[in-house]
Amino acid sequence: MESAILKAENFNAFFGKSHILKNINFEVEKNTVWAIMGPSGCGKTTFIRCVNRMHELTPGATVEGSLKLNGEEIYEMNPVMLRRKVGMVFQRPNPFPTMSIYDNVIAGFILNGIKLSKNEKDEIVENSLKQAALWMEVRSTLHKKGTFLSGGQQQRLCIARALSMNPEILLLDEATSALDPISTAKIEELIHELKSEYTILMVTHNMQQAARVSDKTAFFYLGELVESGNTKMIFTNPKHERTQDYITGHFG
Amino acid sequence: MNMQIEKQIAHRNKKNKAFKGVIIAGTILSTLPLLLILFYIFKQGITAINWDFFTNLPKPVGETGGGVSNALVGSILILLVSCVLAIPVGIVIGIYLSEVAKSRLAYYCRLAVDVLQGIPSIVIGIIIYEWIVRPMGGFSAFSGSVALALMMLPSIIKSTEETLKLLPESLKEASLALGVPYYKTVLKIIVPTGISGITTGVILSIARVIGETAPLLFTAFGNPFMSTNILKPISSLPLIIFNYATSPYNDWHQLAWGASMLLILMILILNIITKIVQRKWKVQF
Amino acid sequence: MTGISYQAKRINLKEKVFKKTLTLSAITVVVILIAIFFTLLINSMPSIKALGTNFFYDKTWDPVADEYGALPFLVGTLLTSFLALLISTPFSIAVAIFLGEYYKKGIVAEIFKNVIDLLAGIPSVIYGFWGLFVLVPIVRAIEMKLGLPPYGVGIFTSSIILAIMILPFSVSLSRQVISMVPAHLKEAAYSLGATRFEVITKIIIPYTKSGLFAGLLLALGRALGETMAVTMLIGNTHEIPTGIFSPGNTMASVIANEFSEATGKIYTSALVEMGLFLFVVATIINILGKQVIKRFTLS
Repeated sequence: MESAILKAENFNAFFGKSHILKNINFEVEKNTVWAIMGPSGCGKTTFIRCVNRMHELTPGATVEGSLKLNGEEIYEMNPVMLRRKVGMVFQRPNPFPTMSIYDNVIAGFILNGIKLSKNEKDEIVENSLKQAALWMEVRSTLHKKGTFLSGGQQQRLCIARALSMNPEILLLDEATSALDPISTAKIEELIHELKSEYTILMVTHNMQQAARVSDKTAFFYLGELVESGNTKMIFTNPKHERTQDYITGHFG
Repeated sequence: MNMQIEKQIAHRNKKNKAFKGVIIAGTILSTLPLLLILFYIFKQGITAINWDFFTNLPKPVGETGGGVSNALVGSILILLVSCVLAIPVGIVIGIYLSEVAKSRLAYYCRLAVDVLQGIPSIVIGIIIYEWIVRPMGGFSAFSGSVALALMMLPSIIKSTEETLKLLPESLKEASLALGVPYYKTVLKIIVPTGISGITTGVILSIARVIGETAPLLFTAFGNPFMSTNILKPISSLPLIIFNYATSPYNDWHQLAWGASMLLILMILILNIITKIVQRKWKVQF
Repeated sequence: MTGISYQAKRINLKEKVFKKTLTLSAITVVVILIAIFFTLLINSMPSIKALGTNFFYDKTWDPVADEYGALPFLVGTLLTSFLALLISTPFSIAVAIFLGEYYKKGIVAEIFKNVIDLLAGIPSVIYGFWGLFVLVPIVRAIEMKLGLPPYGVGIFTSSIILAIMILPFSVSLSRQVISMVPAHLKEAAYSLGATRFEVITKIIIPYTKSGLFAGLLLALGRALGETMAVTMLIGNTHEIPTGIFSPGNTMASVIANEFSEATGKIYTSALVEMGLFLFVVATIINILGKQVIKRFTLS
């Protein structure tokens, strides 16, 4: 029945006594691209870091309420197993400096000790790099270290690394903020292509990007989910004043 | 008026130049001892180095052809055991301190490491004597190794902590987000990325203890014969340098010069290896 | 489903073991240190009980007659260490200014930095050996010129070698603090027409005062505990040194010379008590120095 791949019900998050996320109610359907937006400190990054339980790595971080992935309570799962099902790409590209491009793509398998045959490995590497639109550029230098690529290429490598694990949901945490416009455009194109296979949540403070790339948008403000819905609607006819203010640039 | 100011400025400029001269002179003077020492040791030592030197045992006074083979073997053996004891423990503690930066235990641990680093080496000798030599009923290479291991620990711990602290947090996050458990993240990502700094720290700590004498005086104690038994007293390069240097026999002085040169060469080589490791294994972010 | 939860359980176990190992290792260091202190204390007890505070006032050290007064060695330790600091300080400050202000980068800086590092790398016993054959004859010549008994060895000779040995330690810290003086402070002075000499003496040195002091403190700590070179050059007598050219002994050198042959509970215990003293003093100086550094870097 649940076509919602991610469902938050009365979900709250805290850093010690600080109430960061307040009563979030939110549903994400499969194969949609959601833009998560809001001014600095609104809790958007905290929210997606709750989805893959990176939030709790900070001492004193706690949550309350329900957050389900495919009907399963995220906070009752083993966090390590959960994270294998959720892919994350960070703001700053972070390929593993001691590994080659090839190994970086399948790092999730290597590090977790999952045995694959050479053929399987080659296949996963090629597919992931193709999906990340990086294959043509690195196919002949797969043995080189990942850190020798440009920023944009490194980020696409990180995307390939996340995709290789076949995640249920892909989280992008301001994944293009640190990149130049051309690399950003390449990645935005990528997201379009990935939609058919993956569900994507992208935190961004770039409104034009949200408008270009996402199907739906969620607007967070001061820890509350103020409004969510079709991107076109949010941008042309927002229901709440706050959303209106943000979009027209009155703050943030 | 102008003349006065000009004179004053000229005077100040003179002082300025003179000062720089003093500083440079003082610095060069400070480095003189090093050159004198190295030059003297190499001059005296080079004549002592021959095949016999490496392969023979020390001979009684008056006989020629003595060597330091037992001391060389002893030094290496003691060091090997020290490394086995100190390196894993030191790296693990370094990992702890870099990962758990702020906790009461971390605070006291760091304090303990600092204090340990400042303990005079002769006192370490006393400690190991009470902890190991007495219960064992005698001197041994093993007790010498434990003493040296204690002295290696602080520098290994500190350099491991420093190296790992420099690694960006995003490295850890990237691994954790892939569903890699924390312990594997540390062992397979963080430590390998910092391996250059960690190895450098280890090599430098070896270079530091290889010449230590005081902690061996009443632990390894010394042995005029060849021995590879860690449970028995053993000779070592610094020990024989001390014994032969303070003896009244010229033959033995010669051996001591040769041993000194050997020791200095080993330290120099270790330092050079460190520079090479730093360059070759440098990991870029 | 069961396959995944079994794997999850194994991972949880490994995580726990890993974290416990880390914590345990950290505890081990603290335990080792505490054990060191108590070992020294307990083994000093016989001597402390038998001799009390007189231990540090008695000037007779005669194990044959069962008399253990450590005053000569206390004097020897303090004399050599402070004399070494006195000799070394002008040079260490000069080198620190050289490397921290005049030649911060480039070939000259690299060469001298490496030289100083090498000085620190030479083992104590080799310093002593060299001192025996090079310094002692020189000092002997000086003593003969001055009409003093030509021992060659003694407080003066040991202090010189100590000064050379502790130089790199005070240089390393002093150089760091001098090079970290904020550029804007120096530039403000230059823009007022100050010469480099004036900037160094009136801006840099006052600013780095506590850092320089900490450097000297750490050097002193090293000097107090230095054993081999001093043992070989100090003359090894049991009398209180009467002047800087007389022979003497330090606590560390007495321990080095007599510990393995000491018989009798009180004899050994007296030596351990000196070790305890060295431990406590070295630790206090160490911690004081680090506190000064901390306060300096925080400001």
